[in-house]
Amino acid sequence: MSATGQDTGRRIGDVVLKVDNISLSFGGVRALTNISFTVREHEILSIIGPNGAGKSSMLNVINGFYHPQEGVITYKGQARSRMRPHEAARQGIARTFQNIALFKGMSALDNIMTGRNTMMKSNIFAQALYWGLGQKEEIAHREHVERIIDFLEIESIRKTPVGRLPYGLQKRVELGRALAAQPELLLLDEPMAGMNVEEKEDMCRFILDVNDEFGTTIVLIEHDMGVVMDISDRVVVLDYGRKLAEDVPDAVRANQEVIDAYLGVSHAA
Amino acid sequence: MLYREAGQFKTSYARDWAIFPIAQDRIVILGLLAIAAVAVPVLSNDYWIGTIFMPFLVMSMAALGLNLLTGYAGQLSLGTGGFMATGAFAAYKLSTAFPGMPIEAVFLLSGVVTAGVGVLFGIPSLRIKGFYLAVATLAAQFFLLWLYNKVPWFTNYSTSGVISAPPRTILFTDIYVTGPQAAASTKYLFALALVAILALAAKNLVRSSIGRRWMAVRDMDIAAEIIGIKPLQTKLSAFAISSFYCGVAGAMWAFLYTGSVEPLAFDINRSFQVLFMIIIGGLGSILGSFLGAGFIIALPILLTNAPHLLGLDIPVDVVSHLEFMIFGALIIFFLIVEPHGLARLWQILKEKLRLWPFPY
Repeated sequence: MSATGQDTGRRIGDVVLKVDNISLSFGGVRALTNISFTVREHEILSIIGPNGAGKSSMLNVINGFYHPQEGVITYKGQARSRMRPHEAARQGIARTFQNIALFKGMSALDNIMTGRNTMMKSNIFAQALYWGLGQKEEIAHREHVERIIDFLEIESIRKTPVGRLPYGLQKRVELGRALAAQPELLLLDEPMAGMNVEEKEDMCRFILDVNDEFGTTIVLIEHDMGVVMDISDRVVVLDYGRKLAEDVPDAVRANQEVIDAYLGVSHAA
Repeated sequence: MLYREAGQFKTSYARDWAIFPIAQDRIVILGLLAIAAVAVPVLSNDYWIGTIFMPFLVMSMAALGLNLLTGYAGQLSLGTGGFMATGAFAAYKLSTAFPGMPIEAVFLLSGVVTAGVGVLFGIPSLRIKGFYLAVATLAAQFFLLWLYNKVPWFTNYSTSGVISAPPRTILFTDIYVTGPQAAASTKYLFALALVAILALAAKNLVRSSIGRRWMAVRDMDIAAEIIGIKPLQTKLSAFAISSFYCGVAGAMWAFLYTGSVEPLAFDINRSFQVLFMIIIGGLGSILGSFLGAGFIIALPILLTNAPHLLGLDIPVDVVSHLEFMIFGALIIFFLIVEPHGLARLWQILKEKLRLWPFPY
């Protein structure tokens, strides 16, 4: 996997997302304090940190689910104010969740089809007739979704209600749903949590392939340090809502502050 | 199974996504439609059409409407009766204010009017969910009925408050479909056509992107918003389309079934009846709307006649109490054992029979 590091390093482009001095608090609890970092086009950036460090809050800020009290987020050169999550989706930001957030009553195929909802334009009458344009649009999107199903190797479960699927496959369907939107920026919240080694390897392969084939920029949160150090171009370390480091994996691994945070050195000292 | 699906390969996405992908299913459904369209009007008398088939069609339409809103979009509503009343009064006002308007247009427009009213009462759904939304829609139920009772404009200043449907003919013919001259079988066939067309449209909607949006909001609204679904638009579209169906059902009730518009027919009991239909029939299933409506229409008739058939002598009042008890028990049974109702039981049976008699 390290061999690909050089490849991706060559393709990395300009800054696509700039997080500037973000502070977020819930009442008296400060979840994030003065966080700044950048995400470059086509890179894989990992956000790591102990539990409660503010990693998921950071993702929620990026896709508009939380509104920070201070700071500016610049996405594709455009500073943005308060926005609703569905607007973020329309701008090409997709995400998966730490606790799977699939639509349990729907089949895997329908879940992934729903991921393309922002691209489906036919009106209610065309859909009610299901003839002509309405049907053509459904089929065109189905073809794209089938390529994703193919890519994620979930052909056999496409008609199964996702509530019946095992955990690892649900995570895969969720990734599929995010990919269906053809995102430019993909936020993955612990895509490998609770998986066994084989499932983790599969998921790593999918993440690297997505990055490689579609050029998607990926920001991921992960606890498995082996995975993080292997697949990331750069790593941001958070602890207690503050940024400890932002660097290439090897430098982060050697950073004394990061080691302290993970080994639990007393903060009073 | 009674039939095998082996050898039927789907070679295109359109075929894979057909409503009835298996040939035998298509034959069965066409057969049922043919029986409903030909055999029922020929073989049964006006009494059977009036007491079983017409209420079944009308209530199926209402159940379809509520199922789109509650079963698919997950928004609990107790305003069905109020919306049906809206449809009935809209049809009455439209047909009396514009005597030249074709009856087909009257039905569709009364649905459109009801859709507007439904959107109005659906606005609270953006902020409140579940039981609280049910209470908000309950307000629609009581307010709308109160309005139609109090404002004489709706009844064209009739003194009795009960008004009868004006006689109208089917477009381009002189066959009466409403009013006293209309034959029961004409009304029945007209209702059947409406239900068949709108049921097909409902099925198409729920398998298209709008249906997936509804289900996404139902299953997990936060995730739905994060993948780009606008919650307000989605919920209001569900209210609009659901109310359209309920409105057409109300117009059918008044014009085709009873022949008169009376607010009492659309009281809170009607709302609960439709809700029970979709719970027993199956939430989130088009087929379930029909199964539930059929079940709830047929059960009382069966219960009243069963003692006679069995030779038991049970007093009438005991029978009507029995009806309540059996209904209550069934609803509790379905809520606990099979929340997806008769439609899911049918699906499970099909899956089991598909492998029978060699389950491996």
